[in-house]
Amino acid sequence: MSDATPIKAIGETYLLPEGTTAHDLTELISGVTENKAPRGWWVLFTLALLLLGLMTVCIAYVLYMGIGVWGNNSPVFWAWDITNFVWWIGIGHAGTLISAILYLFRQKWRTSINRFAEAMTVFAVLCAGLFPALHTGRPWFDYYLFPIPNQMAMWPNFKSPLMWDVFAVSTYLTISVIFWYVGLIPDLATVRDRSRSLLRKRIYGFLALGWRGSHRGWQHYERAYLIFAGISTPLVLSVHSVVSMDFATSVLPGWHTTIFPPYFVAGAVFSGFGLVLTLMLVVRSVFGMHSIVSIRHLDLMNKFLLATSMMVAYSYAMEFFIAWYSGDPYEWWVFYHARVGWAQPDHLGNWGPLWWSWYWMVTCNCLVPQVFWFKRARTSVPIMMVASIFVNIGMWFERFVIIVGALHQDFLPSAWGTFHPTWIDVGVYLGTFGLFLTLFLLFVRWIPMFGIAELKGTLPGAHPDLHHHEEPSPALAAEPSPAE
Amino acid sequence: MQIFPRELNLLPLVLGVASTLASIAVIGVVWYYFSPANLQVGYEPHQPIPYSHRLHVGQLGLDCRYCHSQIERSHEAMIPPTQTCMGCHDIVRKDSPALAPLRASWATNDPVPWVRVHKLPGHVYFDHSAHLAAGVGCVTCHGRIDRMDVVHVDQPISMEWCLDCHRNPAPNLRPPSEITNMTWQPDKTWVATADSVNPPTNCSGCHR
Repeated sequence: MSDATPIKAIGETYLLPEGTTAHDLTELISGVTENKAPRGWWVLFTLALLLLGLMTVCIAYVLYMGIGVWGNNSPVFWAWDITNFVWWIGIGHAGTLISAILYLFRQKWRTSINRFAEAMTVFAVLCAGLFPALHTGRPWFDYYLFPIPNQMAMWPNFKSPLMWDVFAVSTYLTISVIFWYVGLIPDLATVRDRSRSLLRKRIYGFLALGWRGSHRGWQHYERAYLIFAGISTPLVLSVHSVVSMDFATSVLPGWHTTIFPPYFVAGAVFSGFGLVLTLMLVVRSVFGMHSIVSIRHLDLMNKFLLATSMMVAYSYAMEFFIAWYSGDPYEWWVFYHARVGWAQPDHLGNWGPLWWSWYWMVTCNCLVPQVFWFKRARTSVPIMMVASIFVNIGMWFERFVIIVGALHQDFLPSAWGTFHPTWIDVGVYLGTFGLFLTLFLLFVRWIPMFGIAELKGTLPGAHPDLHHHEEPSPALAAEPSPAE
Repeated sequence: MQIFPRELNLLPLVLGVASTLASIAVIGVVWYYFSPANLQVGYEPHQPIPYSHRLHVGQLGLDCRYCHSQIERSHEAMIPPTQTCMGCHDIVRKDSPALAPLRASWATNDPVPWVRVHKLPGHVYFDHSAHLAAGVGCVTCHGRIDRMDVVHVDQPISMEWCLDCHRNPAPNLRPPSEITNMTWQPDKTWVATADSVNPPTNCSGCHR
């Protein structure tokens, strides 16, 4: 079928319910920023502020006492802090994938989730950045990480992947913020134009950068958006590849693996989609956005989850194959003893002390998403809610298995140890959820959480051949939508 | 209706200029103020006893190693114990009020609480004996101690300052016999033999 074939003739339907008008969309989406917040929002916001308080207290304690209050100790010098960093950074990946890559592939269904996912990206990267900043132990010296001219002959070591990480993540944050903001401009102008009070007009007017919706404005805007999508696309692949090199360039068994860059990227997209799905389901019900994020969108996201889960599973399997094929006893030890827990009992006949984490990882990341082979599961909100949470638990365990699992038993048995988190580890980690949720809830409350202008582009009225192919009866309309 | 005053059109320009200036200012502040040259040179803590290096070294001519005796064997320039001081002050000026804390230390066996002047960061491994063996004189890093009544930091003990010498040690080397000499100057016969040392310039040379 050629591109000119009308949408209905190729058996597709419009993304939004039949009869939705542009005005409905404006009302629904800008309304969230204008009306009182629903009770659900206040409940979540209170919870978020409590967690944010927890984070503040725990981080203040870490700054005062030093990172000795964490459980990190020889030989596990990278533990929850780096696990959480990689986990949050990974979550940030769905945003760029959805907004940039799906945009370039003209996947129109992305319009219902892209704003959301981009915001999530920005906040997740902020949470991620906290961990390495604290992990340096003396965060007041973190400016050493940047090439600032100084009299100390202090200069970043550009041969170090940790340094590449600083630049990869800060580039990613910058581009994500810009891309998100560029997408917001027409919608902020919409909110501005609907504002009654002068203060609101001024705030949104300032943020809208004088957008007037002229043809020329749109033409420049679309071009800019396309360029930013092009710039962001390689970042989807580069950021987590660079993060993976923190591990892959070392010589530690379990880290020293060439599959790491694509493996990390697949995992990142997987976990990012997982969290987008979790949050989407919550926000959709709190703000009543069922018409914009329909079961069809969720179905597509679940297919993405399934596909990325399979990629992740393949990577896990390939790691085991390479470990076996290498014939290296240290590699064998890490994979068959420390992870799976059998094949080579240690000198006391014990399983590795952290073997259970590998089973969490495989169950959550490889087995749970298999339910999405069934349409019944892909279209059931409770099932996908539970599954998406499992995905995020599983992806946290993946990083834990990689980082702590590889460090706690390496070459020298006399230097083996294990890792026990302290309450401060737990508090800082839970606390970052507070930071994330606080920012996120402020975002859904005050900024249009869906791209109004882009969603309007999926309406029948935006289709160029609307009047040529208008169907007389709505009989061919929406496919039967499954019960929620 | 206009919701913004006209002057706001200048905002992008102002923001652009201001952020450029601000980043230059940040770099300038870090470059100048965050430097040991600014933060350390001239540090002159008050000591419990007004011990004068100018008197003991400059006028009486004591060798540095009389008090800092293990300097050629130890990584640390040891602070002399009370006993070393009492070797003379049991006889010389034994009733001086300035030496009261010394006599108290002698009587109670508690050390005199001297205040450390030259502080290196905890992640730097520095060895005095290696530097003396290579022929770096006391005066090169500590300045004219023989002219100080109260010891202060003379050189910026920064990484760059260390590296300057590690990369090009020759101008700062002298014969081992002259390491404590405060006034030694190289002559033509000496310079030619100065490149026998090979100081480390990699990270783990000092950050072990």
